[in-house]
Amino acid sequence: MKKFEIPGNIAVSESGFAFSPSSGETFNFNELGASIYKKLRDNADPDQLINEMTDEFDADRAIIEKDLYDFISELKKFGLLKEL
Amino acid sequence: MKIAVTGLNATDNPGPGVPVIRSIQMDKSIDAETIGLIYDSLEPGIYMENIHKKCYLIPYPSSGLEGLFNRLKEINEIEKIDIIIPTLDSELYAFIKLEPRLNELGIKLFLPTSEQLNIRSKDKLFNFCKANDIKVPKNITAGSVQDLYNIPSLGDYPVVVKGIFYEAYIVNNFEEAVAAFHKIAYKWGYPVIIQEFVKGSEYNVVALGDGNGTMTGAVAMKKLYITDKGKGWSGVTIHDPALISISEKVIAATKWKSGMELEFIRTADTGEYYLLEINPRFPAWVFLSPNAGQNLPAAMVHMIKGENVPPFTDYKTGVMFVRAAWDLISDVSTLEKISTLGNV
Repeated sequence: MKKFEIPGNIAVSESGFAFSPSSGETFNFNELGASIYKKLRDNADPDQLINEMTDEFDADRAIIEKDLYDFISELKKFGLLKEL
Repeated sequence: MKIAVTGLNATDNPGPGVPVIRSIQMDKSIDAETIGLIYDSLEPGIYMENIHKKCYLIPYPSSGLEGLFNRLKEINEIEKIDIIIPTLDSELYAFIKLEPRLNELGIKLFLPTSEQLNIRSKDKLFNFCKANDIKVPKNITAGSVQDLYNIPSLGDYPVVVKGIFYEAYIVNNFEEAVAAFHKIAYKWGYPVIIQEFVKGSEYNVVALGDGNGTMTGAVAMKKLYITDKGKGWSGVTIHDPALISISEKVIAATKWKSGMELEFIRTADTGEYYLLEINPRFPAWVFLSPNAGQNLPAAMVHMIKGENVPPFTDYKTGVMFVRAAWDLISDVSTLEKISTLGNV
């Protein structure tokens, strides 16, 4: 199971606004993005997340999986997530 | 107590005078009246309410030390000034030179020595950083157009052409470099600094040194919006121990006595900080410091008064500033007074 940590005490508000106190960068998540980000921060298992979203959105599992890992890769690129 | 402050030119290239005064006013333990020392009758700070009790025109230091001293003496006879805080790079040499004579008049200052001022100057920054193991862009100090032929030693274009005191242009080829060189040399004199362009985000630190090598405080800020003049028009406090540690190293190595602004670029690829400039005074965004929990201008006043000021240890991140263009309405009689009487 992959585990992630959020570097530098990045805070995400209810509205999906994220601020990195160490770099000063700001980001805006949409509702789904903020929800996934918070779940990853709370050590959610990506496979479990894929299952949940496949059920919730009634979509193809392969598409959900690709989208999630694309999102995780973006988060890592912007320094918002680190793989443990 | 009376504190006189320069740099009330709150223009699109803002002087730090107004924010220094606002910071001092935030410290209710300092019972002070502020006096504005101005070089121009249209410095916006003159027309702001609750910033100064009175403003006096003073001559530019370039017009001669004696003229500046005599004018300060004249103002002091009326106002009995306790402290002068010069806030502009270009006047510091003059105030450092005049410090002993101003002390004799009962006026205190909190300034570095000429030697300290020199070792961090733009033309000596590279050597200072190398000696102290601080990353710094390569540079050339150019005294003539001939020196611009050495630009390829810095790497590829673009490069940054900088004045010894102010102003900088990013240039993309030799022709642009020549044009920028002439423009800057005409305005600010020689040498002109040609600096390697480091790509990344801009971060600044405002710090205060006690003169014995200890950093009394430091607040780091990321520029959120930069004007076409390269001025940070909005910023947010951040905390990266690496930035504070470099600032501490600079203060210790220079035994800096006064406010200081350190300008950094954080490279996009490696996240390393390159020190671009050390400005020998508080920056125009210093009002962020008291609002983040470290009132550095007020701490300096306490130190001038001889009080023990323990170093600050922390500050709040996520505190923002946004500058605004705000029209001040005044009567022309204010301009008349300052233009004819030299004070208002």
